[in-house]
Amino acid sequence: MSPGDEGKESDVLDSQERERFERLVLPHLDAAFNLARWILRGRNDAEDVAQEAMVRALRFFGGFHGGDVRAWLLQIVRNSCYTWLEKNRPMELTTEFDEELHPQPGVTPESLAIAGDNRERLTRALEGLPPRSREVLVLRELEGCSYKEIAAITSMPIGTVMSALARARQRLERALTQPNAARNQEAHREL
Amino acid sequence: MSCELTQSVLDGYLDGELDAARAADFERHLISCPQCASTLEKREVLRSSIQQAGLYECAPSTLRRKIESQYGVPPAVTPMPVKVGVRPSSWQWLAVAAVFFLALFLGWRFLPGLGADRDQVVLTSAIVDAHLRSLQPGHLEDVVSTDQHTVKPWFDGKINFAPPVRDFAGDGYPLEGGRLDVVAGREVAVLVYGRRKHVINVFVWPTGEPDTSPQSGSQLGYHWVCWRRAGMEMYAVSDASLTDLDALRKLLSE
Repeated sequence: MSPGDEGKESDVLDSQERERFERLVLPHLDAAFNLARWILRGRNDAEDVAQEAMVRALRFFGGFHGGDVRAWLLQIVRNSCYTWLEKNRPMELTTEFDEELHPQPGVTPESLAIAGDNRERLTRALEGLPPRSREVLVLRELEGCSYKEIAAITSMPIGTVMSALARARQRLERALTQPNAARNQEAHREL
Repeated sequence: MSCELTQSVLDGYLDGELDAARAADFERHLISCPQCASTLEKREVLRSSIQQAGLYECAPSTLRRKIESQYGVPPAVTPMPVKVGVRPSSWQWLAVAAVFFLALFLGWRFLPGLGADRDQVVLTSAIVDAHLRSLQPGHLEDVVSTDQHTVKPWFDGKINFAPPVRDFAGDGYPLEGGRLDVVAGREVAVLVYGRRKHVINVFVWPTGEPDTSPQSGSQLGYHWVCWRRAGMEMYAVSDASLTDLDALRKLLSE
């Protein structure tokens, strides 16, 4: 099956391929959904886009010859998410406000622990980050991906993964300890 | 090593992605740089906050079913067989469907024991998995205390419901602690009880469903009892006997 075969039949695999898809790809459905949920900031949109991504994965599965299945699938999911965002919420993808981030002198590990000890607040802070900061954090902290895997999923060089994570964590720390600053930043991006 | 440079490798160190030589360089630098030491500590706090908040969201079962139907797996609920060669008219189909759904509804409503549908099976597997995970070293409790007045407030602010935390040491079921877990995409409170040498995990989450009588079963050599009472769904899992589990259920239901 090649990516060009887009007839209805190409969505139905023969039993051997189906078994392989079920065994290799399907166990990563939670990972696919979780990534989509956090890039798109909502379960309903994530369900639609993750389904679409799985259909694409199914279509391209013939061309997958071993390697890291999860990274392969998450790459497809991520691309589907950004295609969806471009079409439906392009404002979220406008160039990031590339501010200088400095360590915040007033914040102590204790105050950060208190600020982060609340699921609601943490979710809000994470959702307030730009999507590209959010995705590296989700891949690293929730999905447990290595830098190499994150690089493969996001098509970034490994060195960039490290600095993207550093920036994302600084942003998250600030959003947690200075919720107002984070809101201003959000407003700035939406202008 | 200048601090600017350190800022750029600190996350690599935190994530265990530096090679041994660079990690050793960084550790030497940490001793003399309070700023980096403090940043590292904050990053560690941030990481454990994210990981403990249960932010991972699993795929809903509706999505799983949609995908399975997409690649041709027959749906779990198969329609009633119809004689080959006889094409029933649409009202006959309607009647078949009506009977089918009526049976499904009655089964679900009045025979919860027989209504062990797919979701229940999936949920039970997830609960038993969570129980097994908890038995790995260091995973059992987030708050270790035999005092219900310590365990109960620990849950405040972490979840939006109040699990019934009570100690039954007098009845042979001492409370040993509690933790948060995520089971099938749902945030749950877990109460940990001891029973002789066994560990009993009681998973608790709020439900809008009416109370049910207990159901029980075994999986992978572990026993489970589940029930709904006063707006809470509870699952007790252990390698202790079903009798022991049921006794704890009675205590929790009092």
